[in-house]
Amino acid sequence: MSLNDLPDARGHFGPYGGIFVAETLMAALEELRVEYEKARKDPAFMAEFEYELRHYVGRPSPVYHAKRLSEQYGGAQIYLKREDLNHTGAHKINNTIGQALLARRMGKKRVIAETGAGQHGVASATVAARYGMECVVYMGAEDVIRQAPNVFRMKLLGATVVPVSSGSRTLKDALNEAMRDWVTNVESTFYILGTAAGPHPYPMLVRDFQCVIGNEAIVQMQELAGRHPDCVVACVGGGSNAIGIFHPYLAHPEVRLIGVEAGGSGLDSGKHAAPLSAGTPGVLHGFRSYLMQDENGQIIETHSVSAGLDYPGVGPEHAWLKDAHKAEYVAINDDEALEAFHDLCRFEGIIPALESSHALAHARKLAPTLKKDQIILVNLSGRGDKDINTVAGVSGIQL
Amino acid sequence: MSRIGSTFDRIKGEGRKALIPFITAGDPGKGLTVLIMHALVEAGADIIELGVPFSDPMADGPVIQRASERALANRVGLKDVLAMVAEFRKTNSETPVVLMGYANPVEHMGYEVFAKAAREAGVDGVLTVDIPPEESHGVADTFKSHGLDPIFLLSPTTPESRVAEVAKAAGGFVYYVSLKGVTGSANLDTEDVARKVAMIRSHCALPVGVGFGIRDAQTAEAIARIADAVVVGSRIVGEIENAPENEVVNRVKYLVEALRRGVDAASK
Repeated sequence: MSLNDLPDARGHFGPYGGIFVAETLMAALEELRVEYEKARKDPAFMAEFEYELRHYVGRPSPVYHAKRLSEQYGGAQIYLKREDLNHTGAHKINNTIGQALLARRMGKKRVIAETGAGQHGVASATVAARYGMECVVYMGAEDVIRQAPNVFRMKLLGATVVPVSSGSRTLKDALNEAMRDWVTNVESTFYILGTAAGPHPYPMLVRDFQCVIGNEAIVQMQELAGRHPDCVVACVGGGSNAIGIFHPYLAHPEVRLIGVEAGGSGLDSGKHAAPLSAGTPGVLHGFRSYLMQDENGQIIETHSVSAGLDYPGVGPEHAWLKDAHKAEYVAINDDEALEAFHDLCRFEGIIPALESSHALAHARKLAPTLKKDQIILVNLSGRGDKDINTVAGVSGIQL
Repeated sequence: MSRIGSTFDRIKGEGRKALIPFITAGDPGKGLTVLIMHALVEAGADIIELGVPFSDPMADGPVIQRASERALANRVGLKDVLAMVAEFRKTNSETPVVLMGYANPVEHMGYEVFAKAAREAGVDGVLTVDIPPEESHGVADTFKSHGLDPIFLLSPTTPESRVAEVAKAAGGFVYYVSLKGVTGSANLDTEDVARKVAMIRSHCALPVGVGFGIRDAQTAEAIARIADAVVVGSRIVGEIENAPENEVVNRVKYLVEALRRGVDAASK
């Protein structure tokens, strides 16, 4: 079986992925799987998806040669895939449009979503407004406080935001609560899952909707540089922006794929969100993958300056790519990500999301080790307007 | 035959229905679980379901979530739960014990290691909520080879075509979740449950337990008229949550005695 044929019929990427949910959801996931199989082969569905990406999201997003940053870092040429220029400011919208079109096709009038930093919540609220659906977003009570502007955005768009006070009151608990809502309202409700994780078919369909990133980049790099990049670098929380740019490049094994996890205060400190770098395999949220867990198999709290990477698991395809040595995974600490954040602001006039700043920080380490005619393509997955309060806070500045 | 199988046979011979109370191990305190288990038996429990605490109980409502959080705050892990069962077995060799929980703590210990340890501790059945038969390849067989009954869930959304498949993987009994939703949800439609249980019986020879939404003697009686076993969880865990610690054992006993009378009223 070639790598591009994964997952198998039941959602497995080698030992990872699968469908680990309570019985009540089995029928709904089967319905979704069957409907998605039909939709992806339906030219009308794919045409509408592409139309929306072009005219509503503003795709294709450009690839930009960051010359001043490249000079500053002294080595390889750094190119940026500008997902930050999408409508709503991140790659998340690619997936929510795809899933909302599926929901409409399945006759579901109510959509639910989980969100950490609020980017997926905003993208879900956006498409719910666009297609006239009721939208409920679950968000950890801690994140509701940390990400107040995004909470207000979701409300402006007509969504109901439900703060989740159980567990660690962050993204993983929001995901638990969204699953509980889905179990209860399974017949009327479509669950728009925000990352390439969860039970099958979610990791596959989120990947497929996000592959537009890599497919565009392959063409754009040919136009701009006449060749493939030497390295593609993307941040990995759940891993949807990374899998979206990595997957099309799997057909070109000469391109190094590097996923960057959140190293928090450092892997040695234990305060991080880097399951691929420092976790072990296990089962959470409906799938098997690398997890952050303790000696009793309990999920442990994660730490990252970036709320969007603050998740104890990672999409199953990344776990497979790691084990199969098809991609490399590294971790970048909070302070390194913050330095890269400021670099992009000052040298290129682009305020990056803190998530994407992790990928930029790795490019900063990698560039000087490469020659000047080599190319690093960084997936700039989102813009950083949402993070200005966090960055100000870390710098001891009150806005 | 397993302890669960022979228990159901005996109860059937006596013309009764089984009562299966659920508690979360380690809630409200590590030292209370075995005392509560004995109290459950004295109050008329036929089988005990013991919840293994997990940090992310996706299929549970707020009541059992909070119990899980209290147990984790008491640092109760899977090994402690097995030790509690072993302690219970020192003075009770008759009442089957079913562990109910999520995949990850078991996977982390290793299915084979867990199955052996669970059997040695005196566990009779294991229900891992988030391992459906499709993902149980080997797991259910591992449990069976160590004499543990793998218990599986059926739900109102389970298509009829799937029931036989689930039944084939299952041992001991099957557990019909009578409501869509998480544990502790309300509004039980007994007529709908009766139709579903009849459908399940046409594909499955194992006894059928019904749970979710049973909160008093009346609902226990209504379900006992339909099913082979009545499972009560959130109502009992809620009682534990609200009782002062020195009254927990007695309050649980009093509640389960009332549920027992409800179940027995169905057989009169």
